[in-house]
Amino acid sequence: MKIAVLVKEVPDAAVQKRIDPNSGRLDRSGEKNLNPYDTHAIEAAMQIKEGGAVPVEEIVAVTMGPDSAVRALHKAVSLGADRSVHLSDEALAGSDVAATGYALAQVLKRENPDLVLLGQQSDDGECYTIGAVVAEHLGQPSLTQVIKLDIAGTELTCERQAEYGYDTVKVSLPAVISVGDAINEPRYPSLKAIMGAKKKPLENISAADAGVDAGKVGAEGSNVKCGDFKAPAAKSAGTIIEDEDTDDTVAKIVAWLDERKLLA
Amino acid sequence: MSNILVYALHNEGAFNKNSLGAISEASRLAGELGGEAHAVVVGQGIADDLAATLGKYGATKVIKAEAPEGLAAPVIDVFGKLFEGGGYEYAVFGGGLLGFEIGAGLAARVDAGVTMEVTAVNVEGGKLVAERPILGDSSISTSRYKGKGIIIARLNAFELKESGSDAPVENVDADLSAQAQQATIVTRGEQRGADVDIEGASILIAGGRGLGKAEGFELCDDLAKAFGGNAAVAATRAVVDAGWYPYAAQIGQTGKTVAPKLYLAAGISGAIQHKVGMQASENIVAINKDANAPIFEFSDLGIVGDLNKILPKLTEAVKARKG
Repeated sequence: MKIAVLVKEVPDAAVQKRIDPNSGRLDRSGEKNLNPYDTHAIEAAMQIKEGGAVPVEEIVAVTMGPDSAVRALHKAVSLGADRSVHLSDEALAGSDVAATGYALAQVLKRENPDLVLLGQQSDDGECYTIGAVVAEHLGQPSLTQVIKLDIAGTELTCERQAEYGYDTVKVSLPAVISVGDAINEPRYPSLKAIMGAKKKPLENISAADAGVDAGKVGAEGSNVKCGDFKAPAAKSAGTIIEDEDTDDTVAKIVAWLDERKLLA
Repeated sequence: MSNILVYALHNEGAFNKNSLGAISEASRLAGELGGEAHAVVVGQGIADDLAATLGKYGATKVIKAEAPEGLAAPVIDVFGKLFEGGGYEYAVFGGGLLGFEIGAGLAARVDAGVTMEVTAVNVEGGKLVAERPILGDSSISTSRYKGKGIIIARLNAFELKESGSDAPVENVDADLSAQAQQATIVTRGEQRGADVDIEGASILIAGGRGLGKAEGFELCDDLAKAFGGNAAVAATRAVVDAGWYPYAAQIGQTGKTVAPKLYLAAGISGAIQHKVGMQASENIVAINKDANAPIFEFSDLGIVGDLNKILPKLTEAVKARKG
């Protein structure tokens, strides 16, 4: 079987907040990274391949994004993908989540994998949605927040967390599965894998190559127009105590609780 | 074209609270648009008289289809057909994972715009305009739809209001698509671990990954006991997934939404998925050794320090204070 893993380059939240001790300024080096949830999707693909329950011929990492997104593909390949596909085109800039899902689905139609895996969410905010959009365009079932995945023949048994507890769902392939971070512990890439990542096949394709209808993507082709950004209603800043003397800290907490009649 | 469809998620004889909030909000919006809010129920063996009660929250009609519950595809099939039939321009979902999955898939099915994590919706020029917090809630973005719009609410965003009376129920065929038939629910809503009533508690001591290990929850249990009465222990998704605490105590996007008088977060970073489940708490106290943890941005009292040192002493102080 063939597995495609959708990956995304996202701002690295941890690095963004770091202050460079030398310059005293925000450290912006390496501020983009492979979406952490996607590393779990790659690991899930690797575990299927290594598990031996079904033969896996190939794992392909697919992304859509600007030139810099190549780094996310290199990371994906260093974690085990055999090759990668980069959909990049000016026409795609400004696509909303539905248009992005549509464009990615066109690439996947070209690849025709048996299973598509992706992280359940991206760190930069497109919550839980891209897998469902992609699946709909492919005419395949979709499950999100999957935390356990077993494969036998062409059937997946998935456990996922949902509103009322854990669900167990059987899904027949082909399917699109978004995984949660509890599904596995992603491996660290070896130095050899990192060094070799740039040598593995990487295909750059345009929107036209992928058969994307330019009228359905980009800011113009998207069905949602976002804008009018405004600040949320101000919430007064809370009190912060640095714990230096724990007895004193605890006394302050108790006084604070007392003031609000929470110890009554 | 100004009617609104709303999904009513159902489990074991009761409708989801966030779905009822979505119906209340859709009813208000439909009123402003000069249309109606119609609730959609997709499930197995749901009695018509139970479905009819959705009218109390403002639905003027309930559309019911017999199909497996808890999966997105059958709901997308039903909504897709209703959109194709005309008369609807918008669909509203009360949030939660299934809401996200259905809303996103439906947007692709009917070529609509979709906005998730919506906290407010207004009517402008006869159209719905949705507001969504972005960048860790530091800014609010407005979504305008070119045509059809799918709105997926943030949990607890819409207030539940009882206004009407029972609504007529129309039964429709689910007419499942091929992909809907590729997925089968084996078990739904399985609970793991003991049942804890965190929604009814007025004081919640919530533990996160910062507790270090499952045994770390003893610190939270002890403090909850010291408060006594109506105090309980809650947990984040990460620690529930790690098996440190039962799912029934989970707060957030994939767990419960709470609003106690006091929410004490121990070793919780404050990721958005957690925040949505507890931000309505009256008083939020956070203890975390990472001064940059997002939770300090929305805490009323933040303690930067080691919870292993602070919690035992706080427990003793609360015990002494409570006599």
